[in-house]
Amino acid sequence: MTSEELKKLQITACKVRMGIIESTHAAACGHPGGSLSSADVLTYLYFKEMRVNPQEPNWADRDRFVLSKGHAAPALYAVLAERGYFPVSDLTTLRKVGSYLQGHPCRSVTPGIDMSTGSLGQGVSAAAGMALALKCQKKDSRVYTILGDGEIQEGEVWEALMFASHYHLDNLCVMIDNNNLQIDGWVNEVMSPYPIDEKLKAFGLEVEVIDGHDLNQIEAALGRARQTKGKPYGIVLKTVKGKGVSYMENVGSWHGKAPDDRQFEQAMQELKKSLEVLEK
Amino acid sequence: MSEQKRIATRDSYGNALKELGHLHPEIVVLDADLADTTRTGIFKKDFPERHFDCGIAEQNMLAAAAGMSTCGLVPFVSSFAMFTAGRAYEQVRNSIAYPRCNVKICATHAGISVGEDGASHQCCEDIALMRTLPGMVVICPADDVEARAAVKAAYEYEGPVYLRFGRLAVPVFHEEEGYTFQIGKGEVLHPGTDLTIIANGLMVKEAVDAAAVLEQKGISTRVINMATVKPLDEELVLAAARETGRIITAEEHSVIGGLGEAVCSLLAEKCPTPVRRVGVQDVFGHSGPALELLKEFGLSAEHLVEEALSFM
Ligand SMILES: Cc1ncc(C[n+]2csc(CCOP(=O)(O)OP(=O)(O)O)c2C)c(N)n1
Ligand SMILES: [Mg+2]
Repeated sequence: MTSEELKKLQITACKVRMGIIESTHAAACGHPGGSLSSADVLTYLYFKEMRVNPQEPNWADRDRFVLSKGHAAPALYAVLAERGYFPVSDLTTLRKVGSYLQGHPCRSVTPGIDMSTGSLGQGVSAAAGMALALKCQKKDSRVYTILGDGEIQEGEVWEALMFASHYHLDNLCVMIDNNNLQIDGWVNEVMSPYPIDEKLKAFGLEVEVIDGHDLNQIEAALGRARQTKGKPYGIVLKTVKGKGVSYMENVGSWHGKAPDDRQFEQAMQELKKSLEVLEK
Repeated sequence: MSEQKRIATRDSYGNALKELGHLHPEIVVLDADLADTTRTGIFKKDFPERHFDCGIAEQNMLAAAAGMSTCGLVPFVSSFAMFTAGRAYEQVRNSIAYPRCNVKICATHAGISVGEDGASHQCCEDIALMRTLPGMVVICPADDVEARAAVKAAYEYEGPVYLRFGRLAVPVFHEEEGYTFQIGKGEVLHPGTDLTIIANGLMVKEAVDAAAVLEQKGISTRVINMATVKPLDEELVLAAARETGRIITAEEHSVIGGLGEAVCSLLAEKCPTPVRRVGVQDVFGHSGPALELLKEFGLSAEHLVEEALSFM
């Protein structure tokens, strides 16, 4: 992509991060850490990679996305809002009574959500099912899913991957947000899923490991994913949990708690500064 | 009303577990990446070598606990209700209940009062799932005193037990002094002759409050705390049916399959009596503050009063 394009995407990703902070702060709960680590790849998917139409969220020929790590809903909502699925101003209704922005993605109430998730390990199965269905229907739509690196401890994930390669689901792209943190601590200390890339390969996927915050690397990997035939594609995204907000970066306790007023101000200031630098 | 101490029963669980741990070296704890919030972290602090984090892999955790129990250890296994009773249901059935393994399944974050996480985490079906398993003891305590006692009773009992705890801090209304808990025994908290409310979990306090209001309206309301859903205290239910002629059940659970249906099944066969079931009415929950949701879903003293008035 051109440097102009890159800058535009980076600006959007920064706005998405602001949306994550604003919505979780307004909700006084939620999951900022894992939302921030997924912000870049989600931005790329919805602004450059996926064939979608915000005016017609249920368009039959769209590409599909499943947020298997459903607790990162604030990131997905912020991206969908930036992309025009619903007003950005609604982000602050997150988790409130009457809001269509549920604590975890809910496909029956939110435009643009292809699958309800929140129970870890299940989204990837649904994504594989979508990929199989689209193949049966001879459609060229693609399916993308993002899992947490703690989430892949669920046995179901590996059942889904076995299924995906067995049925040669080359229209499926499985991304692992490898921030090395889960709730109880470092992923390798709680219950190591490593080596993730080797495991994905052993389950029949074509795999690469990239910097999950580098939009150029994301673009290149997703391009190779589209070219790959006969097997599903796996991308291990090396990321930083809490990316973009200094005091949240690599700090496990920011998994599931919202910034208070003071922390909110600091986070927004940092992000505004990043935005200014980008917009210069 | 006087200011009452509020404690979440998940805290009671963690505290009781730690106490038990000091007494019984064969107790081990298994957790699935939720040690802090299920409060097994309290046990882990004192006994790091007896606390096993299984990662986000509940099905393996439950069946592994079954295996550990066969070697003489007593595993207390925790995650959210959704992921113990729900995700690992079949492991619980086939690897714990069927082989009659001495495993204590301690589920936190049950019901609507999970709050903002929303429907995917608000498990209102766990009692129903666990009740159908032969030999499974199912307990849903109402406050801190009862919850701690129930954890100890579960340890004393030989066999599989499902214990249900909440995330929300709830009033402590039992007196510690002289309190005893017995599996399978209900507790009459308020005498009455016109109507009986049979409740468990956080609905017990609501029922007691409702009874006080009804009393003023001239309706004498018996309140039974039925912490053990299985085995059900049949005698107590049948006596209430005979003596008061009307039953309202109250639970933070679906009206399908829980305490309400347990009471209805018993009464239909042994003493047909009009029953109203207060609970979650066959709908999914949604995000919001716990206290608001409890009101919205009719899980309140006010709603119990309304229901009672329309029932008389
Ligand atoms: C089946 C299931 N078990 C437990 C949980 C509770 N939970 C929510 S997020 C989380 C940790 C997720 O860690 P990871 O997958 O690494 O996500 P990230 O670091 O990207 O936020 C857990 C245990 C859940 N949502 N679903
Ligand atoms: Mg992680």
